[in-house]
Amino acid sequence: MIYRENGQFKTSYGADQQIFPIAQDRYLVLAIIAFAFIGVPMLADEYFFRAILIPFLILSLAALGVNLLVGYCGQITLGAGAFMAIGAYAAYNFLIRVPELPLLAVLILGGLTSAAMGILFGIPSLRVRGLYLAVATLAAQFFWDWAFLRIGWFTNYSSSGSVSVSNLTVFGWDISSPVNKYLFCLAILVVFALIAKNLTRASLGRQWMAIRDMDVAAEVIGIRPMWAKLSAFAVSSFFVGVAGALWGFVHLGSWEPAAFSVDRSFQLLFMVIIGGMGSIVGSFFGAAFIIILPIFLNQFLPALGDLFGIAISTAAVSHAEFIIFGSLIVFFLIVEPHGLARLWATSKEKLRLWPFPH
Amino acid sequence: MAFFLETLIGGLMAGMLYSLVALGFVLIYKASGVFNFAQGAMVLFAALAMARFSGWANAALGGDSLILANIIAFIAAGGVMFIVAWIIERLALRNLVNQEGATLLMATLGIAYVLEGIGQTLFGSEIYNIDVGMPKDPVIMLESVFEGGILINKEDFYAALIAAALVIALSIFFQKTSTGRALRAVADDHQAALSIGIPLNRIWVIVWCVAGVVALVAGIIWGSKLGVQFSLATVALRALPVVILGGLTSVPGAIIGGLIIGIGEKLSEVFLGPYVGGGIEIWFAYMLALVFLLFRPQGLFGEKIIDRV
Amino acid sequence: MKIRTLALAISMATFGLGSTVMSTAAQAQAKEQFFPVIVYRTGAYAANGTPWANGYVDYLKLVNAKGGINGVKLSFEECETGYATDRGVECYERLKGKGATVFQPLSTGITFALTEKAPVDKIPLITAGYGRSESQNGAVFTWNFPLLGTYWVGADVAIQHIGKQAGGLDKLKGKKIALVYHDSPYGKEPIPALQERAKMHGFELMLLPVAHPGVEQKATWLQIRQARPENVLLWGWGVMNSTALKEAQATGYPRDKMMGIWWAGAEPDVKDVGMGAKGYSALTLQHGAEPGSKVVKDMLAMVHAKGQGTGPKDEVGSVLYMRGLISAMLGVEGVRKAQERYGKGKVMTGEQTRWGLENLNLDQKMLDGMGFAGVMRPVQTSCLDHMGSSWVRVHQWDGAKWNFSSDWYQSDDKVLRPMVMLASGKYAEEKKLTPRTPEQCKQ
Repeated sequence: MIYRENGQFKTSYGADQQIFPIAQDRYLVLAIIAFAFIGVPMLADEYFFRAILIPFLILSLAALGVNLLVGYCGQITLGAGAFMAIGAYAAYNFLIRVPELPLLAVLILGGLTSAAMGILFGIPSLRVRGLYLAVATLAAQFFWDWAFLRIGWFTNYSSSGSVSVSNLTVFGWDISSPVNKYLFCLAILVVFALIAKNLTRASLGRQWMAIRDMDVAAEVIGIRPMWAKLSAFAVSSFFVGVAGALWGFVHLGSWEPAAFSVDRSFQLLFMVIIGGMGSIVGSFFGAAFIIILPIFLNQFLPALGDLFGIAISTAAVSHAEFIIFGSLIVFFLIVEPHGLARLWATSKEKLRLWPFPH
Repeated sequence: MAFFLETLIGGLMAGMLYSLVALGFVLIYKASGVFNFAQGAMVLFAALAMARFSGWANAALGGDSLILANIIAFIAAGGVMFIVAWIIERLALRNLVNQEGATLLMATLGIAYVLEGIGQTLFGSEIYNIDVGMPKDPVIMLESVFEGGILINKEDFYAALIAAALVIALSIFFQKTSTGRALRAVADDHQAALSIGIPLNRIWVIVWCVAGVVALVAGIIWGSKLGVQFSLATVALRALPVVILGGLTSVPGAIIGGLIIGIGEKLSEVFLGPYVGGGIEIWFAYMLALVFLLFRPQGLFGEKIIDRV
Repeated sequence: MKIRTLALAISMATFGLGSTVMSTAAQAQAKEQFFPVIVYRTGAYAANGTPWANGYVDYLKLVNAKGGINGVKLSFEECETGYATDRGVECYERLKGKGATVFQPLSTGITFALTEKAPVDKIPLITAGYGRSESQNGAVFTWNFPLLGTYWVGADVAIQHIGKQAGGLDKLKGKKIALVYHDSPYGKEPIPALQERAKMHGFELMLLPVAHPGVEQKATWLQIRQARPENVLLWGWGVMNSTALKEAQATGYPRDKMMGIWWAGAEPDVKDVGMGAKGYSALTLQHGAEPGSKVVKDMLAMVHAKGQGTGPKDEVGSVLYMRGLISAMLGVEGVRKAQERYGKGKVMTGEQTRWGLENLNLDQKMLDGMGFAGVMRPVQTSCLDHMGSSWVRVHQWDGAKWNFSSDWYQSDDKVLRPMVMLASGKYAEEKKLTPRTPEQCKQ
């Protein structure tokens, strides 16, 4: 009833092709962003910021990057964790070796380094595809895990191989408090999401999708697979690299290569597939699902036990968390293999017709 | 020279063990197109079941006969793996037929979480011991030829023998029995197999059961070597390059791939490792597989995929 | 169907929000001293994390059974990390909000992450026997307490012991000692101290990393077989230790030439190797397996006999159980000391507890009184020394249990102190911190 586009006439091509053609969508998204910038800092407490919101924002950004590669270009990757690590360590090296650089430049340079490595490790995609490619990207994962542990230069010869940063400022704005960290990550995420959305609507994104849908056919109509695939790897790695730098700098503050292990790669791929491949908003849904669900289960199950007067041991809670998390993943994949984004789209369709479905 | 041979033999035996895990991947991928990441979790689950059943049976029998206890435990653990396989197929994969590879992959990862959780809930998360009477001490061979001789790990040697026997048994099963033929038919063409009256659902259950038994054998061997604990689930990651190198659809590929990877990573770690600080064997295995892939994108023995527009 | 699923998901999410809000509300009523317990009872390192956690929690229960700290009862809550750093950070944030006094993460990775957060939140971090070695310098690392010993202490004592067995440290010249280590900050910590000693005595140090979780060591032990080092130091955790012992057996390396750090010298590491590990020795962080000590008897009588034991009874007194128990004791004693200054019978804040930990003075009489006779030696901390003691013994596995096989050692301050000052100075410079002066310490 409310959600209806009657009377909204497009009078120009620009209006017809905007990101949210329906006015209600536009207002909703603007309202959400406004709420995220103004409302959330007033409502959330420190735990919420540091344990849930900041990881959510950063991993959303990473999932967005992975989604560009997996969802839009059809190249499965299990090496996203390595590119996060490259972003983080490259940014760290820029920070300590060129102290004059502002933080934003450091983050971007970290992302660019990651993009360059993405191109390098994307080369196998020109020969292999599908699951073979997925395993090939694992080579990148394990190689970089090793490199950051072994090559002292990357970690400024710290004896333990762990590095840390602090006293971060952006143009004189101190971002050490949780609220400021949150706002900083949010601002970056909004900008990057806008870039991602526009990329996928532009010629580059359309090339990626053509390659994804059928690479041979795409080649026949004049799309260069090498350019399309490698550009997808580069852009995706750039996003992931910036996210990695944020994860190290803003969220952890001090990290070791294990923070970007193969588990992180799996986690990111999970986000993309649960959220919805080839959907920007899906990346956010996926990240929310994967981050919040385990934490929620971990706190909810003991509370549930208390309700019935049973004390559940920590180990049992953790096992139950594994079981429920795993089952829900399988369940969602069965119910909606195209991810939460499709559920969202379906419900929007229904909403447009509501309350008269016929 | 003796040391080189020793490394080579060590690599071969490690490779045989990887092959065991890789076999599980190949079996399921061949028959149902599912890349089963839960194979590692199945190995862990099977090993946990075996270790605990063996312990319980041994206690129930008064500790007299370890062999009998182990046989009982093997049968019981096999039964458990059948049930697990059946449940996985029924509840999860049957509902996911015809989905994309990535979706199936993620579903099996979800299954892996569930199995890890259930396994630890049922059987506990301590380190357990599987004692199937494998000798632990080394033997020195060919002392007359080389100074110091060549050291061979008896346990690894028996493990490799068992792995070889399992591969032969599986080959016979695939080649000679009617079920095996049906499995191969399904692997070649689902639709054609269905049209000549092969029940797909039952075949898939059988494949998962066979993979479960392979996981059990792998679990026993790895568990007897390393002790049964959570990290067994990670052997799946070590077996991935093997599958990729050998080809996802080839049983002999899994064996040859395993041997190549085993030799490659041990030789690289021992002879190249010291120059770059060591610890290179994991990524070296993947790089090796990657290099092979650049020349043969479908793996050594994989089926060539031909695209038409 | 799909709408229903959606509704389900939404209601779950709101529930989640609700429960977190509720749990934040619950903290307000804290009149007890709250001890966060960061544990890992699942995952790759569960077999080692569980006894530690049980010992830790049991000791808190024992203190309560004895009437608390000057009447202040202890409350605690466990949070499971699975040894993952990001879950550890989440646990820290969660429990911090409930009024945590002192954190003990039992993971080098989590320690590194929390080292950045603790000064901001003003919560001390006890890392008994692990963590950053340079955090011994309390002038720079105000909030870190690597009580009882760091990895540099371990490395130093290990070389002393090996030297003593060889008949003098000068006999080490030209020998080869291999370090088989967990390829992570934990395993890499001892390397600088070992290199320093290698320079001093002229032995060759061979570094052999093993990737997490440490189940693949065939190549490592082939290299050892080829190079035949006189001694092997084992710096592993969890399954890596038992695998190393099994591989040593399989390649015929004598186990009595192997020595582990205190995290590689507990029952789960050797139990399933059994006789195969006979002769293997490991450093101890003062204590070993102490089933006969008074504190264990108290524990059995006052906690386990009442059915309140956290873990199984036969685990009480095992090495890692004792480590957890002693870790908890150190935290409790820090609070007790703080109460002496800030008011007995009051709940201490993190800042006050930090003062207590920094002025900890557990002499032998006090320790004996608490039931630690024969288990521990005195611990005395100061502003500049957050470690308190560096007493180490060696114990050896005889196939069924651990037996002490050496006298007490102490690390050589002449070797380690300059390294600590150098490394902590570098840290302070990186972080633009000014180390505390002795006057500031007195406040």
